[in-house]
Amino acid sequence: MKAFIIKEIRHLLRDPRSLLILIGMPVAQILIFGYAITTDLKETDIAIVRQTNDPLSQLIIQHLDASQWFRIKKIETNSSRLENDFRRGEIRMTVALPDNMEKRLMQSSPLEIQLIGDASDPNTANLLAQYAKGIIRTTVAQSFPSQYSGIQVTSRMLYNEEIRSVFMFVPGTIVILLMLLSAIMTSISLTREKESGSMEVLLVSPLRPYEIILGKVIPYIGLSFLNAAIILLLARFLFGMPFRGSMALLLAETVLFIALALSLGIFISTITLTQQMAMLLSMFALMLPTILLSGFIFPIENMPLWLQYLSNLMPPRWFVVIIRGIMIRGIGLEYLWKETLILAGMTLIFILLSIKKFKLRLE
Amino acid sequence: MVILNRVSKTFGKIKALDEVTFQVNEGELFGVIGPDGAGKTTLFRILATLLLPTEGHATIKKHDVVQDFGVLRKITGYMPGQFSLYPDLTVEENLEFYARVFRTRVEDNYSLIRDIFTYLEPFRKRRAGNLSGGMKQKLALSCALIHRPEILLLDEPTTGVDPVSRAEFWGLLHNLQKQGLTILVSTPYMDEAAHCNRIALLRQGRILGVNTPKGLQEEYSLHLWGLKGERPALLLPLLRQLPAEFRVYAAGQEVRVACRERNGIEKIKALLETSEKWDHIQISLVQPDVEDCFIALMQENNELQYK
Amino acid sequence: MNYNTNNLSIKVENLERRFGNFTAVNKISFSVRRGEIFGLLGANGAGKTTTLRMLCGLLAPTSGTALIDNTDVARQPEKVRFKIGYMSQRFSLYEDLTVWENFRFYGGVYGMSAKDIRKKFEDLSQRLNFGEQADRLTRDLPLGWKQKLAFMVAAFHNPPVIFLDEPTSGVDPMVRRQFWDLIYESALAGTTIIVTTHYLDEAMYCDRLAIMAEGSIKAYGTPAGVLDEFKAVNMQEVFLKIAGKEALLQ
Repeated sequence: MKAFIIKEIRHLLRDPRSLLILIGMPVAQILIFGYAITTDLKETDIAIVRQTNDPLSQLIIQHLDASQWFRIKKIETNSSRLENDFRRGEIRMTVALPDNMEKRLMQSSPLEIQLIGDASDPNTANLLAQYAKGIIRTTVAQSFPSQYSGIQVTSRMLYNEEIRSVFMFVPGTIVILLMLLSAIMTSISLTREKESGSMEVLLVSPLRPYEIILGKVIPYIGLSFLNAAIILLLARFLFGMPFRGSMALLLAETVLFIALALSLGIFISTITLTQQMAMLLSMFALMLPTILLSGFIFPIENMPLWLQYLSNLMPPRWFVVIIRGIMIRGIGLEYLWKETLILAGMTLIFILLSIKKFKLRLE
Repeated sequence: MVILNRVSKTFGKIKALDEVTFQVNEGELFGVIGPDGAGKTTLFRILATLLLPTEGHATIKKHDVVQDFGVLRKITGYMPGQFSLYPDLTVEENLEFYARVFRTRVEDNYSLIRDIFTYLEPFRKRRAGNLSGGMKQKLALSCALIHRPEILLLDEPTTGVDPVSRAEFWGLLHNLQKQGLTILVSTPYMDEAAHCNRIALLRQGRILGVNTPKGLQEEYSLHLWGLKGERPALLLPLLRQLPAEFRVYAAGQEVRVACRERNGIEKIKALLETSEKWDHIQISLVQPDVEDCFIALMQENNELQYK
Repeated sequence: MNYNTNNLSIKVENLERRFGNFTAVNKISFSVRRGEIFGLLGANGAGKTTTLRMLCGLLAPTSGTALIDNTDVARQPEKVRFKIGYMSQRFSLYEDLTVWENFRFYGGVYGMSAKDIRKKFEDLSQRLNFGEQADRLTRDLPLGWKQKLAFMVAAFHNPPVIFLDEPTSGVDPMVRRQFWDLIYESALAGTTIIVTTHYLDEAMYCDRLAIMAEGSIKAYGTPAGVLDEFKAVNMQEVFLKIAGKEALLQ
């Protein structure tokens, strides 16, 4: 097995271009996610619709304008006048403040602040709305601490007051990259041996199936782990992402997820014959669900019920919960044992399936 | 040493091997000769314990290829038809890897591969992917020998390799045979039959015949004439006018005519005498080569099949 | 056969190709007559492939000239493409297309009109009796048919020169003969056939041949003439003698 590992490492080192891509890609991705998305939302033009000019609405407008994300372009009394600006893309969001806010708050009557976003770019609109809600909520809370409950604020922002998008994307990026590296790389490198004929020789050798599998896996665990570490370091020191939970736990969970992704990759290689097939299967069966169903771009809560059930079968979904929990919320295993157990169970199932499906003979 | 008894293998509807039966003796260099698609690779994979026969039995040294695959994988050295080495590893690294996979060391079995390695020595540090076809083949052979097997299974080792390397390769096989190895080798090249002690001719999954190369010639039941002196392109249409019991085909610059009767030559001569322009054609009785034998056996076999 | 020089189909003079310091083809000269079957032999790295690429207009010569059907391959490489057909053992037909679709595709590649393609295909299928196979997928055909169809596809646009790369290595002897029948017919009709191979049996079927080694032509002539010159009983011996490995002769 040692010989096998040495051989795999040699394969990796012999192809510096691919290796550079494998290590450079995560860095590039995190930088793209980190910078592109945060800078894009600086000083976005918005408009305000308000009927009365009471002190509270003035304060809200001031705070919105002072924030790094918004610039108030227009203040109108009727939203219909803004339609054209909206259409031309000159403003990205309208904040409609109800009249007599202060009075209503004092009377504890429900108060609705309406945010109208440009839904042609749902992600940006969503983020803008989150930022705006955060600012409005803080402003109201400062001025009227006791009546603060009159405004509805979603609890999802509780642990991420700044709602910096990079914090949402780091876990997602880690998940995608680990999945990509681990599953696709192992499945391709195993099918390559099948295609080139070297698998025939390995099969007739005294090597046991688990030795071939582990020999393939161990170098990639190392590489994937290195990648995860680079992403985490970048997130911490370049983007100031919080690290509230236990580092050791995070790393341990990362290794668990890598093992899961690798066992998936091996499983794929046992059911495919060519590198091309392995590549396609990994792409469609793993990549897309990872991106779409793990809850890192599209909130799972907003999905139709059947998709929510389906997302439960996606390993990345659980890892996103774990990683966000540890990093942002700082919680420990006492809250994450369920997710951890699910990942461990999935890993076991795929390893057993792979060993069972790994054939001692050709078809 | 190796016994195949009515071994058949089907893939879906396709019958890759059809009741293949033959034996290989200890210390023999045995050739399985047949064109592409004859079933050579399937046969070798069954012997290498990589495929299960659909029907029939095969044993190597009394070990069954189905049940005793664990034992067999230790005593056989198998070289698949495809280039099975890692192109991005060097010659040395490939050897070292296979040695360790087979739980041995290159030095322990160096005596066996010394011969081959003298060819490879200058390229030790070169990546296997950058070797010439002949060198790749030699490296693959070294890898198959690394655990000192008792029997070698070489599937089309000389396919696509240049003639000089092929001659070298056969030389290496003869030396290995002298060291006591039993060697089974397959090839689509009929002219390589002469290198083997005995050969089996395989076509469409069926054995056409098993014999020594010489025995095969002696078994040839037809009379065979070679006609020289004119382009086969011109001579063939003329000779195709002969009755159906004559088989007419080109063989290099000759046209060969095979016929059951000895006096067939009279008819050929009569045909040539129809025009002065055939005066310069020389006609002589020729020894059949393996291809002639193959063609004759093939036709007999087809006739048998139709009856 | 007509031996005068007006009847040359291919004329190569002092053709040379260097890659940096390395001379792949070293000032070779040879000529092939119209309707001749000519073998170009040599081990890998002998310069065979480089020569072939220059003749097909895929690679510019460093010096020297090569004429195909009176067209200079270095000056008019595009024109040369229409004068040659090419068939290799590995790739020639699309296995997942039907026979007719293959012909239609290749006819289209060479700028034949849809009507011409249809007409020529019908003539061909009638003459060679493969009408029934026209709509079958190529991969379902027996190897012998594939081989013949591959040749016909290469010859479909009536090129004066056809290159065959190891056309019959590994096929059964009967199929091989049928294939050569087809080639003979083509050659008699005036098509020049160039066979590159290192399958020495195949070499013996050529009218004349050239054996290359280290970028030069080491033997040139009829098979019988070459055997005489090298005092060899077969081509293998010639090859070994050229490589200086007579010791391998048993």
